[in-house]
Amino acid sequence: MGRFVARRLLQMIPVFLGTTFLIFMMVRILPGDPVAAMWGDKAPDPAQLAAFTHKLGLDLPWYEQYFDYMGKLFTGNFGETMAGRQVIDVISEALPVTIRLALMAFAIEIVFGVGIGLLAGLRRGKFADKSTLVFTLILISIPVPVLGYLFQTFFADQLKWVTPTVQDSMNLGQLLLPAVVLGSLSLAYVARLSRTSIVENIRADYIRTATAKGLPRRKIIGTHLLRNSMIPVVTFLGTDLGALMGGAIVTEGIFNVKGVGNALFRAIGQKEGATVVGFVVVLVIVYLVASLIVDLLYAVLDPRIRYA
Amino acid sequence: MPDLIEKKTAAKIPAQSGSSAPAPKPEKARSLGSDAWEELRRRPIFLISAALILVLIVMTLVPGLFTSVDPRAGDLRNHYLSPPNYSHLFQADWFGYDGQGRSIYSRVVHGARASIIVGICVTAAVTLTGGFIGMLAGYFGGWMDTILSRVTDVFFGIPLLLGCLVVLNSFTERTVWSVVFALTALGWTQMARVMRGSVITVKQADYVTAAKALGASTGRIMLKHILPNAIAPVIVVATIALGGYIATEATLSFLGIGLQDPTISWGIDINSAQKVIRTAPFALFFPAGMLSLTVLAFIMMGDAVRDALDPKLR
Repeated sequence: MGRFVARRLLQMIPVFLGTTFLIFMMVRILPGDPVAAMWGDKAPDPAQLAAFTHKLGLDLPWYEQYFDYMGKLFTGNFGETMAGRQVIDVISEALPVTIRLALMAFAIEIVFGVGIGLLAGLRRGKFADKSTLVFTLILISIPVPVLGYLFQTFFADQLKWVTPTVQDSMNLGQLLLPAVVLGSLSLAYVARLSRTSIVENIRADYIRTATAKGLPRRKIIGTHLLRNSMIPVVTFLGTDLGALMGGAIVTEGIFNVKGVGNALFRAIGQKEGATVVGFVVVLVIVYLVASLIVDLLYAVLDPRIRYA
Repeated sequence: MPDLIEKKTAAKIPAQSGSSAPAPKPEKARSLGSDAWEELRRRPIFLISAALILVLIVMTLVPGLFTSVDPRAGDLRNHYLSPPNYSHLFQADWFGYDGQGRSIYSRVVHGARASIIVGICVTAAVTLTGGFIGMLAGYFGGWMDTILSRVTDVFFGIPLLLGCLVVLNSFTERTVWSVVFALTALGWTQMARVMRGSVITVKQADYVTAAKALGASTGRIMLKHILPNAIAPVIVVATIALGGYIATEATLSFLGIGLQDPTISWGIDINSAQKVIRTAPFALFFPAGMLSLTVLAFIMMGDAVRDALDPKLR
């Protein structure tokens, strides 16, 4: 177990370095000089331009910039934005908001996704199953911006249950509607995955054995069926947490949530290299840790899987 | 169920030995492909989605069949204030007018082109690149697999939407092709993983060993023996992903970082309609509805194809 975790942690290093390098290069090759853009439409003074470029370290060759950045990163220094603000401040302001939003969406998608999938799988071919298939199909095909405006119009403008946009980004009650929108697509996938998995497992021998032993139905479903059906769902959920945090761009824009998506979208538009890379570093860490947890969960769900 | 599976395996053998059996008669053994087709033909969900997709493709090729109104011609007298007029089917004012007095109906019809081209081209490009990389990694294994799999992991670690934003931001003038490029550059990883897994399973089969023993070249083994038998899961994932790519294109255009104005895209129209969502909801409803319908059609098609190609789920 300990050796497995250590090996996985070591394997993460090249992926982490590769991803940060990739995004670093992608941001760097963006045409247009972000320093010159600080002057707006006016022509920048060459001496000042050179001084600013030098101060931001943008006159160095790319590999020096990259090693410089990574070196600082390992001491916890995320660098500065063009305006001289610490990137770590921008991140620590936006990250708690998005973590709340993403975790709420995550919880919604697990509870409702697995619940709906279980109901449909147990009643295979019946009305509950068919309506689940139609419901998830519709949910998958409505693109997120459309769903966002639909919910905003319906719940905020018509029913007046909530304000159309979020006033206080840390308020859990106000984040509920954006979280539903953010989690809805994955909810549909989780529901379908759980359904398929449950339909496959419900005919397994161990379920028949458990029934023959006279175990209560609640126990058969809870301990035997659900536990064995969760492996594909957990795999999906593991890659999904990172996607939720990065995919919050649209949802946060529609509902005016001041989180990672909002900050990233602005940073990409303004070619704020350090900010973009800083956020991606955080997102990649979340993604890598989530995939490690998924691997460890396999062993919890299925005792036959052991990590030496 | 068991007799079905037996029929399947029986049907598989002639396809693997390479003899092409056209076999229109049901008694004769059918290849996996024609068996899947027989299954598909009888499914209403497939027929409905195929009909929808056919209409969309006709709309892409000859939008003039549906409307003769110029989607870019704006008449400010019609600015939002003209709500839809449902009594005139297939007329310009059927769906109402947008903020610049352009016919929403005509824009919805002409917007199909961008979505369909992006969807089909990205799926084709992603299947080719991902399939090629997955085939190399799966067939050769060893250090080739290690390197290619790590590269796949690196690209997989970047969320699709985020990566596309960064890539597209570097284009000053964005066309359909820049969107196709961005989506392909970041979207091939899923196909590579599916293809790799599939190839690893197939390459252990006896007929691959037999082909090797007969002295077949590596290229021949890969193309003639492994590819036809490993392609089914890739086709399934590709069909379902097609709808997702169309939705991503619309999302990017909605964010203002995908397609740009002279190009007509449902995403751009959704974006410009959101400002007037409370006064002219129809301006949002029609492009959004059409987009959802398109994505729905492709996902339904993918579902049906998966059921037909994967007999385990029947």
